[in-house]
Amino acid sequence: MNAEPHLTAPNGIRYVAKNLRLDLRLIAGMIAPDSRVLDIGSGDGTLIAHLARERGCDARGIEIDMAEVAETVARGLAVMHGDADIDLAHYPDQAFDYVVLSRTLQAVERPREVLRQMLRIGAHAVVSFPNFGHWRVRWQLFSRGRMPLTPAWDRPWYETPNIHPCTIRDFFALCAAEGYRVESWLAADQAGMRAPWRRASRLANLFGEQGVFVLQRTPNVRKDRPA
Amino acid sequence: MIIADPRPLLAHQSARFEDGLLLDCGVELRELTVAYRTYGRLNRDRTNAVLVCHALTGDQYVAETHPLTGKPGWWEAVVGPGKPVDTERFFVIAANVLGGCMGSTGPLSIRDDHQPESGRVLPWGTDFPPVTIRDMVRAQKRLIEHLGIARLFSVLGGSMGGMQVLEWAALYPDCVFSAVPIAAAAYHTAQNIAFHEVGRQAIFADPDWEGGRYWERGKVPARGLAVARMAAHITYLSEQALTRKFGRRLRSGPSLTLFDDLFEVESYLRHQGSTFVSRFDANSYLSITRAMDFFDLAAEHGGDLAHAFAGSRTRFCVISFSSDWLFPTAQSRAIARALNRAAANVSFVEVESDKGHDAFLLDEPAFHRTLSGFLSGSAAAAGL
Repeated sequence: MNAEPHLTAPNGIRYVAKNLRLDLRLIAGMIAPDSRVLDIGSGDGTLIAHLARERGCDARGIEIDMAEVAETVARGLAVMHGDADIDLAHYPDQAFDYVVLSRTLQAVERPREVLRQMLRIGAHAVVSFPNFGHWRVRWQLFSRGRMPLTPAWDRPWYETPNIHPCTIRDFFALCAAEGYRVESWLAADQAGMRAPWRRASRLANLFGEQGVFVLQRTPNVRKDRPA
Repeated sequence: MIIADPRPLLAHQSARFEDGLLLDCGVELRELTVAYRTYGRLNRDRTNAVLVCHALTGDQYVAETHPLTGKPGWWEAVVGPGKPVDTERFFVIAANVLGGCMGSTGPLSIRDDHQPESGRVLPWGTDFPPVTIRDMVRAQKRLIEHLGIARLFSVLGGSMGGMQVLEWAALYPDCVFSAVPIAAAAYHTAQNIAFHEVGRQAIFADPDWEGGRYWERGKVPARGLAVARMAAHITYLSEQALTRKFGRRLRSGPSLTLFDDLFEVESYLRHQGSTFVSRFDANSYLSITRAMDFFDLAAEHGGDLAHAFAGSRTRFCVISFSSDWLFPTAQSRAIARALNRAAANVSFVEVESDKGHDAFLLDEPAFHRTLSGFLSGSAAAAGL
């Protein structure tokens, strides 16, 4: 008997696998030391453990998978067993300096609402997602006429948890539409190594396997747009 | 001489406070006795104390053979050497609640307000003033002070024990380093109160209840109390657990009779009822169920549960069980969200289990892993 059955839906297909170590390094590098951080989809707590230990952050997590939550709690970290689509609404305004969503935006039910919530409860949102505009994805769709299967998009269409794929340029467009300031961004390869096309979003969109963005909610400030 | 308690006479370890206790209802108990047990050793800095709060029908015999029933302690799965609450590491304290019947001040205690001219010594019985969860916690605080402990490393408990945990964190935030409310709620729902009322009515309906003065003739309302326990016991389990344990099995061969053939689940419940009567006092049952019904922590703090924990530096781990329909996950999640709103350090886990509310008492590895991990992490943070 369950009040909110979504929590007990079969897990494991909810989030894409994370290449934590390098991805983590990229994201951790974008977060100021000693800040308050909420990691949405915190997995086994690797990122928040790193932030707490190495950067003196008050880092917390939200995770949907019970075993991962238990693991995180066992590491002495604060984590909420819950669902980003629902639980973010229950956090107070500006409770955190950074709210992190790593390779999960494409898997949530309502990405736009999740972004709004992130920038309501945090001063900055750090978002990473696999880039659907990568040349390999484009080439597979173009040459075979089938849904692409790549290291970043590795499940067939009928069982992928990634229900909202987007490209780096799509994400810029969404930020512009929502009035979010892109404080910094970069493209990276699958392993999380920074790609060299930093200021050329069209190239980044073609060659970057994932995008990492830091956003701020300051509607009246200049908006970064794709080149 | 009146025999207030027909159960075998037991000397419970206890602390007596001559200055009494002022209750939420306005009555002042002239003297307070808190019966308790401890396990493990208090360290030199007195920083490793863990208070275990028991549920409605629990008591202080957490991790040792129960003196009345001869059965293992009610939380031996969790408390003991090498267990999640490791008694080789922590000094574990468990007290019988105020209103209880295992040695703490309650309906069985000799009344201290007035005695009739006959000079007879009378117990409180149904005249025992109504107590609250907060009163229970205040009584425990006296015991903790008596033991020379300024701050508890952790306070934990399930069900009504979890209510006490929340009250501890709200009432004495600086005395609680970490808190683990398990299968608990910040208030008793209409459904919870309704089930309790069924139990109380069963007791009232027993002719041996004698308007609460059953002790005068050395009787107990055994049938009523047993039925109360049977009804309550159903709410502690889940349909899956009952099905797994008993299904539709009969105790004897199938034949269509009205009362003879017992379903196994029936005989199980009857057994639960009858053994309960031999260890619990009916007036205590009434007193404690009422205390639970009164409990509404948000109402004590202006209607917002977050206010109860404003500025709290306690580390919380809120735990619920997926098949618990008596204190469902939504209740625990509401507590966790309130703690979030109060910017408290909180973890929340809903443990997958088909064992219902009682899962917190049973062998539930994911729960035990979470609990021991949280305590270890907190111990590291506390420098233990």
